[in-house]
Amino acid sequence: MKWPATSYRRASSLGDVWQAFAEGGAGVQLLAGGQTLLATLAFRLSEPALLLDITRIPTLRGIALHGGALRIGALTTHAGLGRDPLVARHAPLLAQAVPLIAHPAIRNRGTIGGSLANADPAAELPACAVALEATLVLASAQGERRVPAGEFFTGLLSTALRPGELILAVEVPIGRGGSITEIARRSGDYAMCGLALVGARPVFFGVGDGPVLARGAGAALARGDVEAACAALDTDLDPPTDMHGPPAMKRHLARVLLRRAAAPRQEQAA
Amino acid sequence: MSQRTEITLTVNGERVTRSVEARRHLVDFLRLDLGLTGTHAGCEHGVCGACTVRVDGVIVRGCLVVAASLDGAEVTTVEGLADSGEIRALQAAFVARNAAQCGFCTPGMVMTAADILRHHPEATRAEIREHLSGNYCRCTGYQAIVDAVQDVLEAAR
Repeated sequence: MKWPATSYRRASSLGDVWQAFAEGGAGVQLLAGGQTLLATLAFRLSEPALLLDITRIPTLRGIALHGGALRIGALTTHAGLGRDPLVARHAPLLAQAVPLIAHPAIRNRGTIGGSLANADPAAELPACAVALEATLVLASAQGERRVPAGEFFTGLLSTALRPGELILAVEVPIGRGGSITEIARRSGDYAMCGLALVGARPVFFGVGDGPVLARGAGAALARGDVEAACAALDTDLDPPTDMHGPPAMKRHLARVLLRRAAAPRQEQAA
Repeated sequence: MSQRTEITLTVNGERVTRSVEARRHLVDFLRLDLGLTGTHAGCEHGVCGACTVRVDGVIVRGCLVVAASLDGAEVTTVEGLADSGEIRALQAAFVARNAAQCGFCTPGMVMTAADILRHHPEATRAEIREHLSGNYCRCTGYQAIVDAVQDVLEAAR
């Protein structure tokens, strides 16, 4: 369907954003890569009064080492994450996730800030952020605040973002390594089940209303007991029935992924 | 009421200025405002890839780009690539391999294939399939399309 009638404005600074929020309130929809947002317009799932284009705001760009963390600007595209040397060196999990996200043409425009703000429960980057214990740097007219990724995702397509607030950047602790695996029917589809594993922090996606940190499985992994970790998923995960299948199938896929991801760790230990 | 924005951009090497509605996506801008009907509007929600065009050097989904946001951008469509000769070998290979059936997906397929030629000239068959995986062919003529792209890549090596 064609998009609903709306209006468009380009913000060139954060000041422009605060002013637009002050004037337009809830009718203001931030537009970054637009790779999910514009599809929701086509479905008439959203009808914003104003699309506020934030892609030309310089403070939302760039990737740099900042203290002991890698600070990734919210406007960093998936393709940009995939080819950045600092990401490859200090947060390789994010680079590994990129080929799993949609398709090349989408990755050229979709942004990390957009993916985190949208909080799709089957998306890769929210799970990576939780597994890496990243911190989201949020800003509003009142100033900045920092929210751990583990507290940022509050439910289905819901986050800790308040009205009038946006994501400035994501700060990822460096040198954490990790791996990401997922099972999807077709290349580029949202995962039926996925796993971002960093150390003994297994974070599943596509099995709940957001990224799910499997604490029982993590405790078992820390002891090196993969079978106990798989068993713990029965209580760690409470997947809903969705178009892919029932909870039992999701738990099965989660165990398959956990064994795959944990196998190299066992080999290292041996 | 849909508010309008004036944009000046480069399309296939030509500078154009137009006033566009905020609700206009890039595909409709190309097809309806500029008469460039080579780019096809398929699903119009970012799934099928028929509307793939190049913006500032990289391929994008035309249906997921706000035309009003393109002030200063450089857009290249399948017409532009045909005129410049960049896709001459691809066009010949698509004909030779019968890679266009109904033809609806073909412009998007060719735009994505041209992206492989530019950025991944060493792509294997599996990598070609992966790169094209966001472009749907409802005739399901995928083997012939991948064959055509592979022929061009191998001939260039």
